[in-house]
Amino acid sequence: MKSYLKLLMVLVPVAILAGCSSPKVAQKPAPIEDRTASAATPSTASTPATSGVEVLAAPDKGNFAGEELVDPLKDATGLLAKKTIYFEYDSSEIREEGRAIVEAHAANLIKNPKLTVTLEGHADERGSREYNLALGENRAKAVQQLMQLKGVPAKQMDVVSFGEERPVDMGHDDTAWAKNRRVELIFK
Amino acid sequence: MLRKMMLLLLLGFALSHPVRAALTIEITGGTAGAQPIAIVPFGWDGQDALSTDVAEVVAADLHRSGAFAPLPKADLLSQPHEGPQINFADWRVLGAPNIVVGKIRPSGNGYMVQFQLFDVFKGTQITGYSIASTAQDLRRTAHQISDLIYEVLTGKPGAFATRIAYVTEVVTNRKSRYSLNVADADGYNPIPILHSPAPLMSPSWSPDGKRLAYVSFERRRSEIYIHDLATRKRDLVASSQGINSAPAWSPDGQRLALVLSKDGNPEIYVLNIKNNSLQRITNSPSIDTEPGWTPDGARLVFTSDRGGKPQIYQVSIPANGVVSKPQRLTFEGDYNAHGVVSPDGRSLVMVHGQGNRFRIAVQDLSDNDLRILTDTRLDESPSFAPNGAIIVYATEVNNRGVLAMVSLDGAVRQRLTQTEGDAREPAWGPRIHRIKP
Repeated sequence: MKSYLKLLMVLVPVAILAGCSSPKVAQKPAPIEDRTASAATPSTASTPATSGVEVLAAPDKGNFAGEELVDPLKDATGLLAKKTIYFEYDSSEIREEGRAIVEAHAANLIKNPKLTVTLEGHADERGSREYNLALGENRAKAVQQLMQLKGVPAKQMDVVSFGEERPVDMGHDDTAWAKNRRVELIFK
Repeated sequence: MLRKMMLLLLLGFALSHPVRAALTIEITGGTAGAQPIAIVPFGWDGQDALSTDVAEVVAADLHRSGAFAPLPKADLLSQPHEGPQINFADWRVLGAPNIVVGKIRPSGNGYMVQFQLFDVFKGTQITGYSIASTAQDLRRTAHQISDLIYEVLTGKPGAFATRIAYVTEVVTNRKSRYSLNVADADGYNPIPILHSPAPLMSPSWSPDGKRLAYVSFERRRSEIYIHDLATRKRDLVASSQGINSAPAWSPDGQRLALVLSKDGNPEIYVLNIKNNSLQRITNSPSIDTEPGWTPDGARLVFTSDRGGKPQIYQVSIPANGVVSKPQRLTFEGDYNAHGVVSPDGRSLVMVHGQGNRFRIAVQDLSDNDLRILTDTRLDESPSFAPNGAIIVYATEVNNRGVLAMVSLDGAVRQRLTQTEGDAREPAWGPRIHRIKP
């Protein structure tokens, strides 16, 4: 995080200055152009940039100054490590705990436009298999809708239902059933 | 189009020698209203032991129907094999109005199977046949004999020379292997027709018994295939966005009712198999699924939660007319699904849920009287025998998925237990190779 701040400290003043000048710019757009002009001047010459302009090393997969960044999807301590949302019987309503997980993943998906997720819906074994296939889809779509509401583009999400066909717990009691009523977030 | 599968294994139908059933029958119910009948072990002229005890298969078939109570072998006074050998006066004492006798003799490369059905009190023959058979077909011949006896005594067709399709799941080292299988209706001769690492659901027979439609997740989502049993060719017939499931073959074999969620949520459609045209049947934000045809092909029953929880509805689909407004059929219980109309159009069998308990129930469509047929708690997927007298379904026993059958009057129950894994999703196939009486 420190490295980000460092970068920001260099960039923000430039942005602020650039920003500040324009509203008042009823009269003077000049400062921006001047700034650009002065920054550009050294590069028009064939010699490499010198005189006070510090060229930073190109970022290498987000690593700055030796600090390693953890893939947030694999960080066991973060909310993003949770990739399963659970549901009540015969319901596709996302409860509070699930909502937090969905929102965290939504934010992460927005930040990473190339990341795609498959929302896999499931149901417990009670009742008919075909109805449960539809119920699983309802649950996955509920998660999709919440994510879309939070700004995740549709093309980053995919919905599939397995109904009761792929339980995580093969038991026949309330504990097993609760574990099977879920939507799983599958990242490739 | 033929699709190549990595783990697809198709086995041949021919069996060169008898195979012990991988599905064993266990009859668990009583036969209070069943009519006694004497079925005498058939005579055998040949040298080697026969692969099948024909009389025993016939007795088991008739008992399973709920209509007959074959006398125990120990009670049989003597073992006549044809008419002249029967002393009717003796047999009248036992109280069984009918007696079946028969004999088998070698004939060419196979056998000649003869049976006769007599009226014990009149001492006259009701019917009798001589049927050519082989070692491989002997069991099927026995089932055909059961069908003939059943039909002439009850006036209704039998359902013994029929087959069931069903799905099995075997878990090894936490990995599942799913198979679609076809077996005789009494559980014998199970033959896998498809193996897959991904789930299979909802097999549905074509009316001519030559093809099965089913749902496969082999490409990581639900899709519908039509599978030709003889040629082993498969056609992918539904692969739209979302759910593709619940195929149900129309009685005329021309159409497939199915469920697609491509238009926003699961709805019922009817696909014309020849020209691929699609007719939309339902249009509501609720879940609409599990279409089932009435025998005249003019109506569909289906499951819908448009009223809050799943219940069964009916809709008319006239050939060139507008689909009618769905009409609710079930009002008892908080969950009714997987409705199947009986072959005579008079009853509706379903999965009937009350709280956590799901049982098979049948509703009379004329007076809406509902009868619960089972006493287990996780029952599903009922399917009628083609004569409407027996229902096969799936249930859980000792944490295993097994198939079971119950007669329409609820009197006779059986369980079919397979040697490994779970069995589910049974579909009773149509009668084939029927000998007309």
